[in-house]
Amino acid sequence: MSETTLLQVNDLRTSFFTDSGEVKAVNGLSFSLERGKVLGIVGESGSGKSVTAYSLLRILTDSGRVTGGQVLFNGENILEFSPQKMHSFRGSRISMIFQDPMTSLNPVYTVGNQLREAIRIHTDRTPEQVRERALEMLQLVGVNEPEKRLTQYPHELSGGMRQRVMIAMALACEPDILIADEPTTALDVTIQAQILELMQELQHKLGMSIIMITHDLGVIADICDEIIVMYAGRVCERGTADEIFYNPCHEYTKGLIRSIPTIGANHDKLIPIAGNPVDLLNLPKGCAFASRCDQAMKICLTDAPEEIRINENHIAACWMNVKKVYDEAKEEESK
Amino acid sequence: MSNHPLVDVRHLKQYFTVKSDMLTKLQLKAVDDVSFTINQGETLGLVGESGCGKTTVGRTLLRLYKPTAGEVYFDGNLITDDNINHYRKDMQIVFQDPYSSLNPRMTMADIVGEPLDIHGLYKTKAERRDKIAELVQLVGLNSDHMRRYAHEFSGGQRQRIGIARALAVNPRFIVCDEPVSALDVSIQAQIINTFEELQAKLGIAYLFIAHDLLVVQHMSQRIAVMYLGKIVEIGPADEIIEHPVHPYTQSLISAIPLPDPNAARKRHRIILQGDVPSPLHMPEGCPFRSRCRYATEECAKVCPTLEEVSSGHQVACYHPQG
Ligand SMILES: Nc1ncnc2c1ncn2[C@@H]1O[C@H](COP(=O)(O)OP(=O)(O)O)[C@@H](O)[C@H]1O
Ligand SMILES: Nc1ncnc2c1ncn2[C@@H]1O[C@H](COP(=O)(O)OP(=O)(O)O)[C@@H](O)[C@H]1O
Ligand SMILES: [Mg+2]
Ligand SMILES: [Mg+2]
Repeated sequence: MSETTLLQVNDLRTSFFTDSGEVKAVNGLSFSLERGKVLGIVGESGSGKSVTAYSLLRILTDSGRVTGGQVLFNGENILEFSPQKMHSFRGSRISMIFQDPMTSLNPVYTVGNQLREAIRIHTDRTPEQVRERALEMLQLVGVNEPEKRLTQYPHELSGGMRQRVMIAMALACEPDILIADEPTTALDVTIQAQILELMQELQHKLGMSIIMITHDLGVIADICDEIIVMYAGRVCERGTADEIFYNPCHEYTKGLIRSIPTIGANHDKLIPIAGNPVDLLNLPKGCAFASRCDQAMKICLTDAPEEIRINENHIAACWMNVKKVYDEAKEEESK
Repeated sequence: MSNHPLVDVRHLKQYFTVKSDMLTKLQLKAVDDVSFTINQGETLGLVGESGCGKTTVGRTLLRLYKPTAGEVYFDGNLITDDNINHYRKDMQIVFQDPYSSLNPRMTMADIVGEPLDIHGLYKTKAERRDKIAELVQLVGLNSDHMRRYAHEFSGGQRQRIGIARALAVNPRFIVCDEPVSALDVSIQAQIINTFEELQAKLGIAYLFIAHDLLVVQHMSQRIAVMYLGKIVEIGPADEIIEHPVHPYTQSLISAIPLPDPNAARKRHRIILQGDVPSPLHMPEGCPFRSRCRYATEECAKVCPTLEEVSSGHQVACYHPQG
């Protein structure tokens, strides 16, 4: 763990215990979050992105349980915090914004009411200072007519405006880490651009780290320092945006990139990934992606791939990389 | 081939009456004087932010809603209340949400077979069964799964069932209303390819509605951009994406999240201020002027109409850019 590492996740495992069996949503996830950086987590629906976030915050539903691993914050395992300690940790060090702002906003209270509450819980301020801080937060997130907004109810605001208010609430406690779970997925593209721009600006201004969760490869390419590609609750590969997009080293990532249309006069046929997502109730023994992978080898069906370092900015868990090294060595030999 | 377009929409309007409170009724101009054509075998993409009227255009043109004004010609013939049933078979629709648009208590065979029943398109039970099997295979589904219920299929498979159902009556035109928006990218690519293959094979024309501009550019020969019930720009797909002229189209395209870090770093986002105004309180003049950085007094007076800027490329703006 380096000096600048804020959060270190080691071999995290989370399952849901349902009537049909154990749903293994997160299966040995490891990553680190650096201070002041934006880490993107991308993957298709059901790949375990939200469950990862809920596990970090310990806000899983009753049937969900972290079954293994560590989440180290400044060297302390937050999975071992008492409920009280966790509560204050959530309010001060780490906060989260969701796709649907109404998950965090209460429809029966005014914006001002909720924002003041969020500020009051975490800081010692006089009512006058609290009010001022609330206004300041709304200005920070670019809400126009902030005085008027304080007296309005969430339903009186537009979708983009609600998202801004939720960001203001999440940032009221000046967290070290902001987890954003599909914060722009429900928004139109011009409003999405506003919110992404805002998040980048706030990140520069306040210096917090962001975990940006999305299924949208475009959003992730735009704003992340580092990217994790997830499939079936595991890391497929992890690297800088340039490494992931220009040097993908996992067959799943390659497939994803081939699946999306690119901008420009290019009407080449898309190359989809065959098949359907894996059944988390019956995870295969080897690589979870093997059944959909057109390069799959024998070992892929029997052994889960290990993380292989491609270069200092890039790690991938795909046996093809081992094969590549092998083939290259052989070629060298035969020369 | 005939010299008229397959679908010709002229000055289409759809005004809804909505209650703002107990007493006052307001007029909501969901579609306000929209005109376009689609040729046989062609795809026209329709883009714009939610609430701008895309779905209403599709439904009104199919006469699922009675138009407030305007005409729709299909293959040269004016569609009216009296003859619409005759044209129902030619014009079909595929919806966004494969979960809610299919009856969960019906089997795949029943869902795909229903339009055959409605239009009496078979003589014997065996013929019906064969037709269904053919359709199911055409869209890439497994005909062994005929007796499965809708809820037993994945999202992508359900969308294929929706497409097979639309194809059952041999349409020449399909309104595709956000048919891939709810799907994951890998599945989305499968369905996009299916649409393209069917078009190549059967010569069907599409009105392809989507908010993902990259998908629309990929699918379409031409693109129409809507804002608050009006088409503000229409033209060849690549030209609209690469050389947009209307300030709204420009900002829309600059806002596309690009799955390409270098391109993302180089481009300059044109961030629009504020939100789309309420369609119940439409500004006078150009609907976009409240968010437009080029707006002048002129824009507040009369709404601009579509003018040609280059061959087949029209824009409704007093200050076209570029
Ligand atoms: N409360 C729950 N009970 C059972 N399974 C769940 C529950 N919540 C999530 N899951 C399962 O965990 C997997 C990962 O879900 P999630 O993290 O929400 O995916 P996403 O990557 O789309 O955010 C999914 O297969 C989902 O069905
Ligand atoms: N049946 C209806 N009654 C009243 N208003 C409607 C109806 N359908 C749509 N609208 C309104 O018409 C406008 C256009 O809606 P829609 O065509 O669904 O937009 P889009 O598909 O582009 O998101 C919106 O303001 C919407 O609220
Ligand atoms: Mg999620
Ligand atoms: Mg719609």
